[in-house]
Amino acid sequence: MEKTVKFLKKPITATLIAIFCGFLVATVILAASGYNPFEAFGALLGGIFGRPKYISNVIIKSTPIILTGVSVAFAYKMGLFNIGAEGQFIVGAVAANVVGIVCDFPAIIEVPLVLLVGAAAGAVYGGIAGWLKAKYNINEVIVGIMLNWIALYFSNFVCNIERFHKPDSDGTYAINESGFISFFTTWKTTEAAADFVQEHPVIGDILRTDANAGILIAIALTFAVSFLLYKTTKGYELRAVGSNRDAAEFAGINVARNMVQTMLIAGALSGIAAAIAIAGNNPHGISQLSAFESNGLNGLSVAFIAGGSPIGCIFAGLLFGGLLYGGQSIQYVVGAPSEIISILIGTIVFLIALKDMVPVLIDKMGKRGVK
Amino acid sequence: MEVRKDYAVQMHDITIKFGSYTALDQVQLDVKKGSIHAVLGENGAGKTTLMNILYGLYQADGGDIYLYGEKVEMKNPNVAIAHGIGMVHQHFMLVDNFTVTQNIILGHETTKAGGVVDLKKAREEVMGIVKKYGLEVDPDAYISDISVGMQQRVEILKALYRGVDILILDEPTAVLTPQEIGDLIDIMHKLVEDGKTIIIITHKLKEIKASADYCTIIRRGKYIDTVEVAGVTQEELADMMVGHRVKLVVDKQEAKPGDVVFEVNGLTAKDNRGVYVLKNLSMQVRRGEIFGIAGIDGNGQKELVEAITNLIKVESGTIRIGGNNIENRTTRETMDAGIATIHEDRQKRGLVLDFSVEDNAVLDTYMKEPFSQKSILNRKEIRKFASSLLKDYDVRPDSCEELAIRGLSGGNQQKVIIGREIANNPDLLIAVQPTRGLDVGAIEYVHKMLVRERDKGKAVLLISLELDEVMNVSDTIGVIYDGAIRCTFQQGEVDEKTIGLIMAGGTLDGKNS
Amino acid sequence: MKKWKKVIPAVLMACTLAGCGMAEKDDSVYRVSMVAGTGGINDQSFNQLSWEGLQSFGEHTGADVRVLESKQASDYLTNIDRATDTYSDLVWALGYSLADSMLTIAKMNPDINFAIVDYAFDESPHNCTGVVFRAQESSFLVGYIAGLTTKTDKVGYVGPMKSFLNDQFQYGYMGGVAYAAHVRGCEIEVQSQFTESYSDAAKAKAISNKMYSNGCDIIFHSAGGAGYGVIESAKENGKLVIGVDTDQSHLAPDNVLTSGMKNTNIAVELVSTMAMNGEEIGGNTYSYGLKEGCVGIPEENKIMDPAVYDKAMELQQMIIDEELTPPLSEETYQAFVEGLGK
Repeated sequence: MEKTVKFLKKPITATLIAIFCGFLVATVILAASGYNPFEAFGALLGGIFGRPKYISNVIIKSTPIILTGVSVAFAYKMGLFNIGAEGQFIVGAVAANVVGIVCDFPAIIEVPLVLLVGAAAGAVYGGIAGWLKAKYNINEVIVGIMLNWIALYFSNFVCNIERFHKPDSDGTYAINESGFISFFTTWKTTEAAADFVQEHPVIGDILRTDANAGILIAIALTFAVSFLLYKTTKGYELRAVGSNRDAAEFAGINVARNMVQTMLIAGALSGIAAAIAIAGNNPHGISQLSAFESNGLNGLSVAFIAGGSPIGCIFAGLLFGGLLYGGQSIQYVVGAPSEIISILIGTIVFLIALKDMVPVLIDKMGKRGVK
Repeated sequence: MEVRKDYAVQMHDITIKFGSYTALDQVQLDVKKGSIHAVLGENGAGKTTLMNILYGLYQADGGDIYLYGEKVEMKNPNVAIAHGIGMVHQHFMLVDNFTVTQNIILGHETTKAGGVVDLKKAREEVMGIVKKYGLEVDPDAYISDISVGMQQRVEILKALYRGVDILILDEPTAVLTPQEIGDLIDIMHKLVEDGKTIIIITHKLKEIKASADYCTIIRRGKYIDTVEVAGVTQEELADMMVGHRVKLVVDKQEAKPGDVVFEVNGLTAKDNRGVYVLKNLSMQVRRGEIFGIAGIDGNGQKELVEAITNLIKVESGTIRIGGNNIENRTTRETMDAGIATIHEDRQKRGLVLDFSVEDNAVLDTYMKEPFSQKSILNRKEIRKFASSLLKDYDVRPDSCEELAIRGLSGGNQQKVIIGREIANNPDLLIAVQPTRGLDVGAIEYVHKMLVRERDKGKAVLLISLELDEVMNVSDTIGVIYDGAIRCTFQQGEVDEKTIGLIMAGGTLDGKNS
Repeated sequence: MKKWKKVIPAVLMACTLAGCGMAEKDDSVYRVSMVAGTGGINDQSFNQLSWEGLQSFGEHTGADVRVLESKQASDYLTNIDRATDTYSDLVWALGYSLADSMLTIAKMNPDINFAIVDYAFDESPHNCTGVVFRAQESSFLVGYIAGLTTKTDKVGYVGPMKSFLNDQFQYGYMGGVAYAAHVRGCEIEVQSQFTESYSDAAKAKAISNKMYSNGCDIIFHSAGGAGYGVIESAKENGKLVIGVDTDQSHLAPDNVLTSGMKNTNIAVELVSTMAMNGEEIGGNTYSYGLKEGCVGIPEENKIMDPAVYDKAMELQQMIIDEELTPPLSEETYQAFVEGLGK
């Protein structure tokens, strides 16, 4: 009993239980609406692992939300709730897209340029929220939500500027190919590639997707953020302010400055997530938005599932991306409404938000066990 | 005392325990109807706890409560309110962006048909009470726009509007100006004339003498006596409040004070509510001496520390350490100038509870060599430092460098803080309530550390609400009252009674004040 | 705990195999997959109607039909790609935004037929089919009805944003109004404005309120979801409104004069049937209009003057008989108006 209690008390356990319960709820709903849950989850897993290219697509789709997740988790370490990740992502996408269209340098310059401009735009956007919070104590959540909407309409505005708008579409031009970070972009369409694909079905399958360097950048950045948080004086300050502002202040740490810096970095992470999406995947541009694409908002869920750990965001992001991408198979194969996957994710996040209850419940269980 | 009808409140043999700690031990309180009854005691004596029991906020573990001779079970505040008891807390419970009238009627709104609040009628009723007791206040002003004294009147009006017979005032004068205190005493007399009964919790002797008819003294959770105020002197009250203490012996040599290293001149500052709490405060601390500040809570101790450590703005006056002015700088500059502070609120200001012990050990030195180089933390050096600190200060459990400091006992947490601050090798070590919540062994240890620093030739500033502690540890004692140091004595020069009197606002003829 | 480590991979394996099972080739069934746009298949409009058409096709022919919804623009490519994994014989893409992605995938899958709604190819690949609607015909018709019905001789138009596709609605409608003015021998003013969004109903409502107070008594909209704002405004102002895409009279029975319907369901079913029957549809762009019954107005129009309906039906026949060609762009509109003057 004692051993079980100890195991159950680990934070990861609560997360796993939440995920399991999410599936349980989805099972009930699927069964109640007349679909075979096992078939549905089979389709889900098939949609994630069924073919090499599906795995590749899951990774591609996870990349931006891993980074927005890290952005949220990073700000959260400082005690800030970065709901503005969505807006930071959008302005990052717009900036990366515009620069990628206007500038046409060799890849060695173009790629970093596109990525850095995206990061810079996100940083400025996040910085606004941080500055308002630090200077005037305006709630970063409210500012974030408002900035999200401003970003959405700004994006649509840019999307409709003639210089960028691609005729007969609802999006912009793709950025110049020199800015792509996809693997073998040009080679893929050649005859040699076609032959190669014939001979190597697995690699060929992956090459059919937008497999790109984004995930490597994302992982590198995640480790960099983790390093910053746990190995540097700056990270020490951020965490101190996040866990106990009063003590940090008393120890001579400049709380306001750290707040702005945190939001600059969090914004940059969301911005570069967008830039990676622009440089990495089709359509390499932005589209007219009628609603949020939720790249930033999903980051909140990812950070939640990861329990605020940047490294955890890699796994949570992959899980999330897998559910989102593989989840479409449930509709496609079984015919169940696509909302089922939203319910599944929603339940998981909800239960994880409640997970502080789990140790309490387990404590009770443990006491009962002792009796 | 027997239960009688002409007594508004009788609380007999009240006992309450918080865990293993007995906060009140068989305390008696008998309040005659139509009188002003003071409850006197030091901080932590149990005055407010007793009142909270009367108001139904706490349930006593033993004892009975009688109102007008009837036994009452005070299960919750609603029972108390139903019996006509009202309480004005030390911290007001008002809605800032409501008007005075709206605040007064909150929870007891007069409504017209359909549940619409009849503000006009309510305003008339409020004005009626205002006139009756001379509680001048603008019924249409917003709470955020009126002074603290006015806010207190609103709290009293709130109670009167609900038709109370027994009014409890918890430290009512703590936030008031002398003029406002005078007005409050007048109002209290008017209320009593109208047949109300007032219980006032305070530790200010002057006000008791000026207002109360009777006074019950509580010391450390124990009932001492109830006296008729007219028949006792301030000195006698102070004596009863402070009591004859068991001396805590602090083993130390005669101090060998050097030159003045820390100097405060004419320091004036406001607290976060905008009230002046430091009023032209001056003091000097020498090398090799422990300067203790004695005083009752809320007389400016907290703000003095905050002003020195640059957490609040100084309006006027100077603070100098080693000849350098440090007022209105940053906290870090204060530290760099050679001041280390052991804050009274360990968990709020002193530690990051979620951090490991070793991370807490470098909370104000993490950015210095060798703990970090070029902004990268040097974990090895931090560990080395923490380990030696833990060993030097005998922090338990063994090898707890990586544990979250939350898991350590209060005494061990305090040892980490003390070790950390002393390691900064400051010219002035400020210790605020350094033994709060610690057991006897830990207290002794902390005192030993302060003496050791003194003997190394450091200046030590000890601020404590425990008079014993100040009396026994300090070489020089300053008494703070109402935002200024009123008197300064050498250890052994005067007795506790005298200091207790000054702490409570009394004066010592011909000496200093 | 150790047990878990063994169980989890086992479960994963089992599910993976089950998941792969779906993709076995079976020649006896005709498979059609549809990739919907970001509106989703419950958008009460374009995507939903198209999916209904495909479902109806499935019921009539016994074909296996499936749908994939896109959550964002970057899903287009991966969704169309996935549709090809299940040995589909025909893959539908809904909306011109999906065109680029569809072309990319079509190039990699020369054996599969692809069809796209609302997109005309300049040069159609051999396995791609475009399906477009002559929305200008239905718009012309409702414009004519509006021109005959208006009392104030002022009518309004609320569009989403300028695009070649939307020009069909706007200039078709304006042409119809001009034609009615010509028939009646008077001047009718058309006020046009854009919401810049398919979803901003609040903005559409504000625009319509303005138009109604400017004296317009009928507004036609082609703003998708944002159009609900126009209908709501009509309801509140007690004015008339003309719906789009589907028969929108149920939204405001007393205010919806008629609707310029675009029956994508019929087109989807039509083209799917052709493909299933082995017709060579690749390389073509089909244009559907009044003649094919793919655009038009509802048969029942409760509040429309029957005389106006009869006149509209006469006009419809003229268009079907190609006696009259409604304008579909600014240039053709100008030419049309000049033609009327002569």
